[in-house]
Amino acid sequence: MHRFAANRGAVIGLILLVLVLLCASLASLWSAQSPWAMVAQPLLAPFFDHAYPLGTDMLGRDITAGLLYGARVSLMIGMLSTLAAVVFGIAVGAVAGYNGGWVDDLLMRCTEFFQTIPQLAMAMVLVAIFKPSLYSIVGAISMVSWPPVARLVRSEFMSLKQREFVQAAIVSGQTPARIIVSQILPNAASPIIVTASLMTATAILTESALSFLGLGDRNLMSWGYMIGASRTMLREAPLMSLWPGLAIMLTVLAINLIGEGLNDAFNPQLRKRGT
Amino acid sequence: MPSIRNYVSVELNHPMSNDTNTRTEPLLAIRNLSIALPKGGDRAYALHDLSYDIHAGEILCIVGESGSGKSMSANAIIGLLPDYLRPEQGQILFNGCDLLKQPEEVLRGMRGQDIAMIFQEPLSALNPLLTIGEQITEVMRVHHAYPGAARQQRVLDLLNFVGLPDPAALCHAWPFRLSGGQRQRVMIAMALALEPKLLIADEPTTALDVTTQAQILELIVRIQREKGMGVMFVTHDFGVVAEIADRVAVMEKGLLVEQGTAQQVLNRPRHPYTRRLIAAVPRHRHDPGAALYSVPHDKPLLQVENLRKTYISGGLFGKRRVVHAVDDVSFSIRRGETLGIVGGSGSGKSTIGKCLLKLTRIDGGRMLFDGEDIAPLSETQFRPKRQNIQMIFQDPFASLNPRHTVGRILCDGPMANGVTRRLAEQRARQLLQLVEMDAAAFDRYPGEFSGGQRQRIGIARALAMEPQLIVADEAVSALDVSVQAQVLRLLREVQQRLRIALIFITHDLHVAAQICDSLLVMQRGRVVEQGPPAQIFDAPRDPYTQQLIASMPGRDWDPVAAIAEDATRHV
Repeated sequence: MHRFAANRGAVIGLILLVLVLLCASLASLWSAQSPWAMVAQPLLAPFFDHAYPLGTDMLGRDITAGLLYGARVSLMIGMLSTLAAVVFGIAVGAVAGYNGGWVDDLLMRCTEFFQTIPQLAMAMVLVAIFKPSLYSIVGAISMVSWPPVARLVRSEFMSLKQREFVQAAIVSGQTPARIIVSQILPNAASPIIVTASLMTATAILTESALSFLGLGDRNLMSWGYMIGASRTMLREAPLMSLWPGLAIMLTVLAINLIGEGLNDAFNPQLRKRGT
Repeated sequence: MPSIRNYVSVELNHPMSNDTNTRTEPLLAIRNLSIALPKGGDRAYALHDLSYDIHAGEILCIVGESGSGKSMSANAIIGLLPDYLRPEQGQILFNGCDLLKQPEEVLRGMRGQDIAMIFQEPLSALNPLLTIGEQITEVMRVHHAYPGAARQQRVLDLLNFVGLPDPAALCHAWPFRLSGGQRQRVMIAMALALEPKLLIADEPTTALDVTTQAQILELIVRIQREKGMGVMFVTHDFGVVAEIADRVAVMEKGLLVEQGTAQQVLNRPRHPYTRRLIAAVPRHRHDPGAALYSVPHDKPLLQVENLRKTYISGGLFGKRRVVHAVDDVSFSIRRGETLGIVGGSGSGKSTIGKCLLKLTRIDGGRMLFDGEDIAPLSETQFRPKRQNIQMIFQDPFASLNPRHTVGRILCDGPMANGVTRRLAEQRARQLLQLVEMDAAAFDRYPGEFSGGQRQRIGIARALAMEPQLIVADEAVSALDVSVQAQVLRLLREVQQRLRIALIFITHDLHVAAQICDSLLVMQRGRVVEQGPPAQIFDAPRDPYTQQLIASMPGRDWDPVAAIAEDATRHV
């Protein structure tokens, strides 16, 4: 914890992320109305009207409200899909790494199959097949992002399984499931947490890309959709696509900084250098 | 009169006037060297006010336990100290020139040329991507010595000198082709390339087998005599000291507590710490009464018949290599008995332990535990019986889960076998007491304990299962000699009180001799000799056993006599 706090980048990232979280939770305080509602005249310039500080889009929707509600969507999808991918990846990696042999071979060939397909292309196809909705987007993103987790967990398990404390657990008659959960997994936690934090950032980017291409959930205002919509007005109102773009950039940057900070804090080789 | 004054002043510096070397200037003199540790360490100084001399043509052994700072002064001489450690005061005089004051360029010129070093791990000290010949020529190239064709000839001479077979072919070999002993010979050849005046050897034989160790020690003594070098030999093993040292310096916690000739320090130790270390050196047991604990007519608890384990490496395309790790091994053990399995590395002794615990599949044979063959049982069938056979592991740092408290480590096993939490915890606290640990250890994490304490926790964990058989795989090899003695005593006591059968796997014949009721000598997967320690040590029949016994370092030195004589003198 001290090491994490000593890392200036990580602290900045954490502050930024807390700000984004605050925005997301306070969105309904800013405007009780849906961000899709047309509330003012279209193409209001930013910093012109107190009620709409960032102006309105071509249909008169409040861009500020859109950004705040978009934060909810981005964070929710980012975290949900990461959670799903991590849980699935851990399950596959743990079973493959602990058992080895043909089980490992089978599971790793499956993993490689998913890794050979370009991530975004596969996510698009999946969302298109299952109709764009919150569930299909979360599902698609986690579908394309679990293989690295599985490989990481597998390699951690393979090395930890050789450790004497795991052998001691086997010798004392503990069941494999218990050994996986209570002996090995806690010791593999740090790299998994680091990977998960970086994956959240990637998931937010993927979600934005999907929404930009018009594959977002129709009921949810998202940053990617906002950029996609304002793209046609790029020459008339360039700032309109700038705001959601900035929001995505800052959020992803914040999460990446946190991930780096966690990595440095967990990595024993960097400990000596840091202090 | 200047010559006499000179003589007198030297005499004052070196009170041991019977030593032939004292009349000359020392090759290397360390004077009042202190190196501070960073704040917050367990002591303020890594080395404090250290002074000693090394003369040309003598071997100085620096002995001490881990953390005593014995390697630190070696690293200070060659300039390998980490950045955060800087000598605070003192001098390191090499031929009268203070190494601590020299600029890096001068030091770089001296390394390899005047001072050479060999390391503990021959496996990692050689670059795996360069051939043996290239690595040795490199030393000469950086110092611009032996130009042209002479350089290649020099490499061959060196390899020949350190006793490696077929130098011409070996030049083009990669390090991975060589055994540990051969690599250490290559390291020595590299160190000798430029005929240095001082050779620093930091535990050069610790990673080697006892037979290989004997050869390397012989080699170091031979080259030292032939080249007249000064050798600084850092070790933790008093047997090795007895074998090669001319003079000995004993270190404890960064302080030099005693130095003198090998004769003085080994046979008439003065400092209490030296006496304690020597008393802890494992040796033959002299109490015949101990054998009474095992009743010879008891039926065996475990009977192993024709055990076989074969490793096959190389797959579809590679060359198939078949290694018979355990080849037709049979033995039996009774309750309360200690069976030692000894042998060099790769002899299959650890594989036997793994087979008994069914941590690895076996390829043949029967393992009758209490009359029932456990070999064909599946993992699920065997799991309920696992509590009867427990293991104590080698590495006290890897064998305890760093994320569990000691209490949890001790309770997990019994609870997996249906013991209630309350009972398991109560028993864990009793066990901590039994292995002489503080009850407060229950809620602490393994990281807070030393190696010896961790090994006690490991023993407690094995005992928590109330086993009938314990397999101890090199259980004390990673421990310092004084801690080793304590753990061995504890193990023996507990084992005899609870009448547990103990299979003690070790490479250290001294330890085996001290604790075992009978011994099994292994070579390349086969049992070459079996019998009580007295017979194996005093009248070995098999040629390999004879070789093994002959290579035990310090056979002619009797630590018991040293301490006994010392005690009578002090009384």
